[in-house]
Amino acid sequence: MLATKTAADNLAQAAPVKGRSLWADARARFFRNRAAVSGLVVLIAVGLFAAIGPFIAPWNYEDIDWAVLGNVREAGRPSLETGHWFGTDALGRDLFARTVQGTQISLMVGIVGALIAVGVGTLYGAVAGFFGGRLDNLMMRIVDVLMSIPYMFVLILLLVVFGRSMLMLFIGIGLVSWLDMARIARGQTLTLRGKEFVEAAQATGVRPFTIIMRHIVPNLLGVVIVYSTLLVPSMIIYESFISFLGLGVQEPLTSWGALINDGAAEMNNGLLWILGFPLFFFVITLFAFFFVGDGLRDALDPKDR
Amino acid sequence: MTTPLLQIDDLSVKFSTPDGTVSAVNGLSFDLDAGETLAIVGESGSGKTQLAFATLGLLARNGRAEGSVRFEGREILNLPDEKLNAIRAEKISMIFQDPMTSLNPFMRVGDQMAEVLQLHKGMSKRRALDESAKMLDAVRIPDAKSRLRMYPHEFSGGMRQRIMIAMSLLCKPKLLIADEPTTALDVTVQAQIMALMADIQRDFGAAIILITHDLGIVAGACERTLVMYGGRVMETGSTDEVFENPTHPYTLGLLKAVPRLDVPQRDLQIIPGDPPDLTALPPGCPFTARCPLAHEPCPKIMPKLETVTGTHLRACHADMEDVT
Amino acid sequence: MTAPVLEIDDLSVTFPVPKRGGWPWTKPDLLHAVSNATLSIAPGETLGLVGESGSGKSTLARAIVRTVPASGGTVTWKGQDLSKMPPDKARAHGRHVQMIFQDPLAALNPRMTVGQAVAEPYITHYPDTPKAEVRRRVQEMMEKVGLLPTLLNRYPHEFSGGQCQRIGIARALITEPELVVCDEPVSALDVSVQAQVVNLLSRLQREMGLSILFIAHDLSVVRHISTRIAVMYLGRVVELADAETLISAPRHHYTKALISSIPIPSPKAERARPRPILEGELPSPLSPPSGCVFRTRCPAAQPDCATRTLHLEEIGPGHTVACHYPLGSEALRRVKPEL
Repeated sequence: MLATKTAADNLAQAAPVKGRSLWADARARFFRNRAAVSGLVVLIAVGLFAAIGPFIAPWNYEDIDWAVLGNVREAGRPSLETGHWFGTDALGRDLFARTVQGTQISLMVGIVGALIAVGVGTLYGAVAGFFGGRLDNLMMRIVDVLMSIPYMFVLILLLVVFGRSMLMLFIGIGLVSWLDMARIARGQTLTLRGKEFVEAAQATGVRPFTIIMRHIVPNLLGVVIVYSTLLVPSMIIYESFISFLGLGVQEPLTSWGALINDGAAEMNNGLLWILGFPLFFFVITLFAFFFVGDGLRDALDPKDR
Repeated sequence: MTTPLLQIDDLSVKFSTPDGTVSAVNGLSFDLDAGETLAIVGESGSGKTQLAFATLGLLARNGRAEGSVRFEGREILNLPDEKLNAIRAEKISMIFQDPMTSLNPFMRVGDQMAEVLQLHKGMSKRRALDESAKMLDAVRIPDAKSRLRMYPHEFSGGMRQRIMIAMSLLCKPKLLIADEPTTALDVTVQAQIMALMADIQRDFGAAIILITHDLGIVAGACERTLVMYGGRVMETGSTDEVFENPTHPYTLGLLKAVPRLDVPQRDLQIIPGDPPDLTALPPGCPFTARCPLAHEPCPKIMPKLETVTGTHLRACHADMEDVT
Repeated sequence: MTAPVLEIDDLSVTFPVPKRGGWPWTKPDLLHAVSNATLSIAPGETLGLVGESGSGKSTLARAIVRTVPASGGTVTWKGQDLSKMPPDKARAHGRHVQMIFQDPLAALNPRMTVGQAVAEPYITHYPDTPKAEVRRRVQEMMEKVGLLPTLLNRYPHEFSGGQCQRIGIARALITEPELVVCDEPVSALDVSVQAQVVNLLSRLQREMGLSILFIAHDLSVVRHISTRIAVMYLGRVVELADAETLISAPRHHYTKALISSIPIPSPKAERARPRPILEGELPSPLSPPSGCVFRTRCPAAQPDCATRTLHLEEIGPGHTVACHYPLGSEALRRVKPEL
């Protein structure tokens, strides 16, 4: 007893304030990464923009400024006096407010898509990977089949049949986003299943679902988090593409994709700001997500003990 | 008096890590003559592997080695890669612990072995393969010629280690450093490999440094033993001297903690505590925290290596009579 | 003779290994990890199980704790056949039989605190226990294995190998099981720490009246802690005897080779021993040799070793061996008097 008390004493004396989990370690590593931190700052800024924007904008996103109509090239420019800080679009609507509104929609789509992917995909993959055998086979073949369906086609069909609405958009995004995550979660689960601590839980007699929730899922989160930060931009791009095709959110609601679509149409008329502002927000947000995703991947590196 | 084959003087190896500076090796000195077998014994954190890596310039990027390592009279510590490559494999060869990861799984065994000869001796592929087959014979791998065409995963652990040994001997080096060569192997396979190494040593006349924590294989294989703890030498001498008459509390503790088949069952005597924290070593003797004979000077002053008799040296402040 | 707590009778574990390049429906090869193993463990005794890679000892351990299904034979716990138990009863059985693993750090969930890890078996089998009571038991257990109870909020990576193994032991013992299966519990630890853990297990066994199945490849360690020792080779039990008898007078040729392969940390003793080396390689468990599986490497192998069926036969009090020509037998003297 004396022997190990000495050892434990040493531990207590040598390391007074430790009790740090792997998450804390990862957090420290993340904040040492400048690119990742700047990405995070940008994301927070964009988020604030979307949240506070409606309250500070002098105009709202659908009202037409009749003074500008007909003379958009002159009067519709970005200026501080007219209150159109970002200018107006071709129909005289305030671009700042519309950009704010587009940001809200695009961010929501990205985040909801990622959440569905994480929630549904992780559990699905973990269950398939853990039980293995025929169940795994069946579940993964279902995923394979769903993946081979051309989603663009299905989504467009849904939107045309049921009409364009936010709900449809979310359903469509949700249908697509969980498949990749399921595969990734399953792969990781297969690795984890061979580890001794999972075996220890099985030998103890812990029920399978409890093992999945208590042992597998927390150890999946590293990979899952990293993948979801890369999933959000792809959801946003996806939605933008749909809107670009004219099938996304309905007027007067808008998203980055729709705004970029409008802006692209006006490029020839020299109204470059209509494209410029939404494109700027689109690009910096995507960059920020990529940097954060990279930073998270480095921070959560499986090289951890 | 001939120059020793290898002379290490005051070698220190430090690593800079986010948790602080890790002192893996501190002020290590020893000589090795041609054809001699030396065992470096220690547990995790003793620095034994890093000392080998420093000699061959294989330290990780955040590692710094200081001091002197002279091979055949020439200083080789911290030489640039181009100069070291002439020494690696040709003069000094190394066998690593895990034969699974030391061989390239994507190349055939013959190709990997031939590569060494092609690179170092400028041989043609055909001649290199011939020499490789001969070497596989020497390490008693049956059907050497056909085995050259196989991949590493098709061999068992013991066979893979033989292949590693064969590879390391291709250029007939003067010094072979074996880092825990049998730790990953079964005990019957271990016996085969140790017997093989004894034969090799006799036939090729190479000096061998055997790095291990297994006291058993040291006793049967090496003429001299060096015991390390926390990056420093605790005791050194001929294997007989160190094992039959240990004069350091750590050596004694190790010998008593190992269960032996030839003596009747007795209580295993433990060494209390845990391996040392290399980021926070005391300026004195690193074994202080676990030593039953630790007293006033121990944590502050590192004891010097003093002669017990002839080649038998120890670094300890305690009186020899108290070490039982 | 008290009734054994655990009896293994004619146990076999085979794994299907898909043929390389075969269709999904081709019959897979069978890997015979364990074949016809028969053992028993009495209450309060330590049975050592020794073997090298491919011997099947780890698979046997897993068949006992049921993380691997048995393909034949029975595992009986106090008279009850475990393979016939429905899954939830089998899970509840984990209260009585626990396991300690080889890699102490890998055996702990890196995202759980040490306290949570140790508590898990207890809350699995006694789910209605109030939190304070669970906490008290965890702290009590940690003290028993020599760790400060205040450390229960730390994470596994903050401990050394030896301490992690103590945590593993605390976890295994918190439900006060009757049998603890130790799969190479000290192989991954430093020499000076091995002794600590071995001594700890001995002490806890005495205090708690445990039976232990101690599995290792290091016969010196096994002999130190075991009452009886069983030797396995390629999935079969080849010899079973009291620890001291096995070491001083082994009857199976493999046991003898194993013992002579183990180096002794004394140069004088090493020089004095004759050291016959066991040559050859382990046969593949996918196609084990017929008859006696050791015959391909045995110095005493005879032609009928390939054809006669082999059983564990009693050759002395409590000493069984699976060999047609065991050491010291008349049969051997007739064919190979020099051995």
